[in-house]
Amino acid sequence: MGGLQKKKFERGSATSYITRNKARKKLQLSLPDFRRLCILKGIYPHEPKHKKKVNKGSTAPRTFYLVKDIRFLLHEPIVGKFREYKIFVRRLKKAYGKSEYSDAQRLKSNKPTYKLDHIVKERYPTFVDALRDIDDALCMCFLFSTFARTGKCHVQTIQLCRRLTVEWMNYVIVSRALRKVFLSIKGIYYQAEVMGQLVTWLVPYQFSHDHPTDVDYRVMATFTEFYTTLLGFINFKLYHSINLVYPPKLDSKSELELKEENEEDYAMGSECSVEKLSALSATLARVVSSAEEEEAQLDQFPVEGEDLEKMEVREKEQKELEDQKKIFEGLKFFVNREVPRESLAFVIGCFGGKVSWDKSVAIGSTYEETDETITHQIVDRPNIDKRYLNRYYIQPQWVYDCINAKILLPVEDYFLGVTLPPHLSPFVEEKDGDYIPPEKLKIMALQRGETSAQQEEEEEDDDEEEEEEEGVDAEDNDDDDDEDADENNLKKMEEQRSQGKSLNVTVTPGKVKVQNRERLEQSEKAEEKRLAIMMMKKREKYLYDKIMFGKKRKIREANKLAAKRKAYDDSEKAKKKKARK
Amino acid sequence: MAERSRNMRSQEKTEDTKNVREKMARKRSKDDYEEKPEQVFDFNVIPAEEDDKDLSDSEDSVYSGLDDSGSDSDEEGSDDEEGSDEDDGIQQLKKPEVAVGVAAAEDKKEDEYENDSSDEEDIRNTVGNIPMEWYKDFPHIGYDLDGKKICKPIRNKDELDEFLDKMENPDYWKTVHDKKTGSDIVLSDEQVELVKRLQRGQFGDVNFNEYQPSVDFFSADVMIHPVTNRPADKRSFIPSLIEKEKVSKLVHAIKMGWIKPRRVDDDSKGHCYDLWASEDSSILARHRMHLPAPKIPLPGHQESYNPPPEYLFSDEERALWEQQDPTDRKLPFLPMKFSSLRQVPAFSRFIHERFERCLDLYLCPRQRKMRVNVNPEDLIPKLPKPKDLQPFPTTQSLVYRGHTGLVRSISVSPSGQWLASGSDDGSVRFWEVCSSRCMKTVQVGGAVKNVSWNPNPSVCLLAVAVNSMVLVLSPSLADRQVVSSSEQLLVSQQETEIMEGLGNVSWIEAEGEEQCQGIRLKIQHPKAVHQVAWHARGDYLASVMPDHSSHLQVFIHQISRRRSQNPFRKNKGLVQCVSFHPVRPYFFVATQRSVRIYNLVKQEMTKKLQANSKWISSMAVHPGGDHVICGSYDCRLSWFDLDLSTKPYKMLRHHKKAVRGVAYHRLYPLFASASDDGSVIVCHGTVYNDLLQNPLIVPVKVLRGHVPTHDLGVLDVTFHPTQPWIFSSGADATIRLFT
Repeated sequence: MGGLQKKKFERGSATSYITRNKARKKLQLSLPDFRRLCILKGIYPHEPKHKKKVNKGSTAPRTFYLVKDIRFLLHEPIVGKFREYKIFVRRLKKAYGKSEYSDAQRLKSNKPTYKLDHIVKERYPTFVDALRDIDDALCMCFLFSTFARTGKCHVQTIQLCRRLTVEWMNYVIVSRALRKVFLSIKGIYYQAEVMGQLVTWLVPYQFSHDHPTDVDYRVMATFTEFYTTLLGFINFKLYHSINLVYPPKLDSKSELELKEENEEDYAMGSECSVEKLSALSATLARVVSSAEEEEAQLDQFPVEGEDLEKMEVREKEQKELEDQKKIFEGLKFFVNREVPRESLAFVIGCFGGKVSWDKSVAIGSTYEETDETITHQIVDRPNIDKRYLNRYYIQPQWVYDCINAKILLPVEDYFLGVTLPPHLSPFVEEKDGDYIPPEKLKIMALQRGETSAQQEEEEEDDDEEEEEEEGVDAEDNDDDDDEDADENNLKKMEEQRSQGKSLNVTVTPGKVKVQNRERLEQSEKAEEKRLAIMMMKKREKYLYDKIMFGKKRKIREANKLAAKRKAYDDSEKAKKKKARK
Repeated sequence: MAERSRNMRSQEKTEDTKNVREKMARKRSKDDYEEKPEQVFDFNVIPAEEDDKDLSDSEDSVYSGLDDSGSDSDEEGSDDEEGSDEDDGIQQLKKPEVAVGVAAAEDKKEDEYENDSSDEEDIRNTVGNIPMEWYKDFPHIGYDLDGKKICKPIRNKDELDEFLDKMENPDYWKTVHDKKTGSDIVLSDEQVELVKRLQRGQFGDVNFNEYQPSVDFFSADVMIHPVTNRPADKRSFIPSLIEKEKVSKLVHAIKMGWIKPRRVDDDSKGHCYDLWASEDSSILARHRMHLPAPKIPLPGHQESYNPPPEYLFSDEERALWEQQDPTDRKLPFLPMKFSSLRQVPAFSRFIHERFERCLDLYLCPRQRKMRVNVNPEDLIPKLPKPKDLQPFPTTQSLVYRGHTGLVRSISVSPSGQWLASGSDDGSVRFWEVCSSRCMKTVQVGGAVKNVSWNPNPSVCLLAVAVNSMVLVLSPSLADRQVVSSSEQLLVSQQETEIMEGLGNVSWIEAEGEEQCQGIRLKIQHPKAVHQVAWHARGDYLASVMPDHSSHLQVFIHQISRRRSQNPFRKNKGLVQCVSFHPVRPYFFVATQRSVRIYNLVKQEMTKKLQANSKWISSMAVHPGGDHVICGSYDCRLSWFDLDLSTKPYKMLRHHKKAVRGVAYHRLYPLFASASDDGSVIVCHGTVYNDLLQNPLIVPVKVLRGHVPTHDLGVLDVTFHPTQPWIFSSGADATIRLFT
């Protein structure tokens, strides 16, 4: 015997997790402060592997934090700041209560503040880490920058968000990093490739928000506080990586151009620079002026065999990318006033196009509608009165579709008053077996450089393929059918016999049963598989069934979509026919 | 000086009057105390004196005095009272007049101290401010300054006089009665005017302009002359103690750190610098447990503002979507189509979604989950191909028809030429295997539960279980020698007829028609017999009568000696079926949960196999004797390796419904199971002589053909003794041969 008695829950996973309330007590913080601390430090609850063990035998639902995380929070200087702030609020209240206004003033001027720099560094030890996690920060900042400057949150926050997002967009334009754009019903998704990381963000449409009541803006504001800090540092680093001045300044040349216009019409002095930047049309000042961009040429390494192929593929991709970056080069766009200007200016700028707008819409227009060299005018209304002959009048979707397709699409489908082709999500990558909408096939064909006649053939091929797929399922039943037929014959004969009829014993010339060898082989294989499946272990069978269920569901969904599409196309055809008659 | 002090006093009085305007003015210039009174003095006099007298009589009384309808009904009628009342009013009115008069006099007179006190304004009667009723009963009404009585005037004015006076006297309206002197006074025109002005709320002095332009005495302009000529106080030259105290307190607070110096505005908050200039790996260590939050899934086609038409919801889908709980929805939004970009509205749940994302980021517990990324094909076990395991039955080749009820049991003769079947229609049929011809039909008068062919090839006997009897048939379907030998066996029994040891089993010789049909012996049991099983030698026969309550469930009969015995003394559960070991003296008894193996020589149980299934329906013993398979009603087939363990070596869940029958092939490594789902599954089961190698079990064929009727499919299955053929009997009254 000997030794101390081991007690339960004193070692192992029970000691490495801590409940939220206990953590709060350990840190001596109120719940809102704890929440803020967690948000700022990026501490989140962990789901233990064995909940019951961790929960000391109880199965009550609780959230658990890692004890290590909480211990790590104990040494956070911001916790001290929180306490200071608490005291500050108490003092201020007291001063106001005693109507000691001068004291209150003094207190206010000494309001405790904190910096989040070290937290940013701590959470993202390397720059790439930060870039990887920037999606949410961008979404939040873009949302806050669209808020009205009343209520809800501080005006400074909104201004800061606006400035940071404008800086970000300018960086993306200069570095030509944008890859995909998607107009959804929620807003506009952008995807950029920054230093090898794909960054996706969502920008709401430019409308005022009706602020919901069941949203805690304090939480959002705390997040934004951190995100703005993070984004500031990221912008700094990004600007410096491409040799730009941060905070961004306009090129002296473009500065002059913009000066000509009446600045005060657009913004107050303090906001003027941001407004000018947000025009997204001017070039930015560089640290080393007129430094030629050096394209990093891939050095040619002597390679052999497979590597060579890979290399070729890579080079091809590189070339495609370069092409995509220059889609709009040489094109001149003019944006009408009913079209989202900022988005289009951003997008067109990213791909090398020139863009301008009416002077009264926003600062920074570079040429007027009357300019004869304009190639495309983006209009979003059913008709327009005055038309210039030497330019296309297109709807805004054309720009976005071109970017996603990486080629200039034919403009005919996007003229004014024309029913637009569907706008597809560039983020969907179809694997085999998935449903691919016919529009996508069309675009893919265009990318390969095929003409429209070939497309139709292809579509037919696809139809056939689909039929074949269905055929495989049907085959399994065939064998049984044969047997059934035999049985039926036998039955008939039996019946005849039992009825006492003399069998008409005629011998008919036998038919040679043409055996489809392939089919036979296939069915044999299918049966083999079925038998093998029968021998599976229980656990593996469960997993297998699950996987197969998922696959089948996918197929079912794809089939459903295809059927829906077919019904739609048929009805459209019928309508057309009717119209023709 | 005296004037000043008086002024001060009046000033204090004015304070009492709560003259708001005055107070405000004073407040404005507290410091200019001395100058103030002179300025306000003029218009202070009247209100002050007004206040001196008791104003409690309120204005009402004043009006009632002046009013013509002075007499009220509730008056007591006494002249004096009435008069005194009026007097009161008049007195009130008079006072200001007097005051004004005095004031006016003051202006004129040089000596302003003459009428110093406001108390002494009216000193004709010295009684003071008392109710004059006290003098009602006296002839006088007070005393003058010299102490002489002031006599009441001879008043005999009654109401009539009063009235006449009222009617005739043109000055009546401005006549007031002075109570103190008891005389009537006629007011002068100026006095009346004054009263009227006061009633209107105007200043008594006509010449007073209340709207004088105010002279801003204290202005921002610095004058060359001081406002007052007063020398500066001493205290203005010496440092203030109070201030010193305050300063020292502040200094102390700063020293102690209670008060911090005003902070220099720190603009470094928004300042950005290259944070990642030096990337040290020391912080990285913490990130081992860090689980980055998953990114928001990227939008699909259905989120587009102009999606392809197939992604839009149809009416039913839409209704379903609306009905569903928001957490159950597959898509958190309704796909919508807009014909152009300008028609796209703001997304109403945008802020919500962002907020939910925030909540997810800091509230949602995270866990690393290993995602199973398996190719499903890899999960399928690699088995030898069925092709390589041939021969085994693959196709249905013959159907034996003739029975009208479900065929419960079939059995093949040891030579493999004949097939016997027992059915619920009360008949036993003998078929030729190759031609599917029914050679013989024996009516046994009851549903046949089981048939079993004697495994001894030198005799041709069939045991049939019907009701509570076991019949032994000699179908005479063999060559003569065999038939005669079997007859011999039965006859020899006759010779050595020994009565059975147990009274409840009786051996009966068949006679008459039954004899003609081939029935030779009937063994009468106390209960319904469900199964019969032969020993491999063909002399012993076991019969099963399942019963919960009795230990009389199994009998072993010896045909040659016509002896029966019950081997068990105890009831160990409902016996489902029994079987003899093919070579050794073992006896297998399958109860509902387990299979017991008894050593018949030692008369003891050697093993108990736990089937782990509910309930065992059938059992078959491998011809080698080391393996047993059990079919059960819970769709399972369990393979026992007797050398390995008492637990099943393998459980096969191939069937969808209850397993009814199982069988081993005598020569080939095959076994089969028949189930209620209408299928017979043939498996390859190689048994190795090497004890270290486990049997190899591979399903090779699923045979279908029987049509399930009344929820019953295939009831019995048996292999051909020499060929890789299999027979199955079903609830659809057919027997099928698969080759």
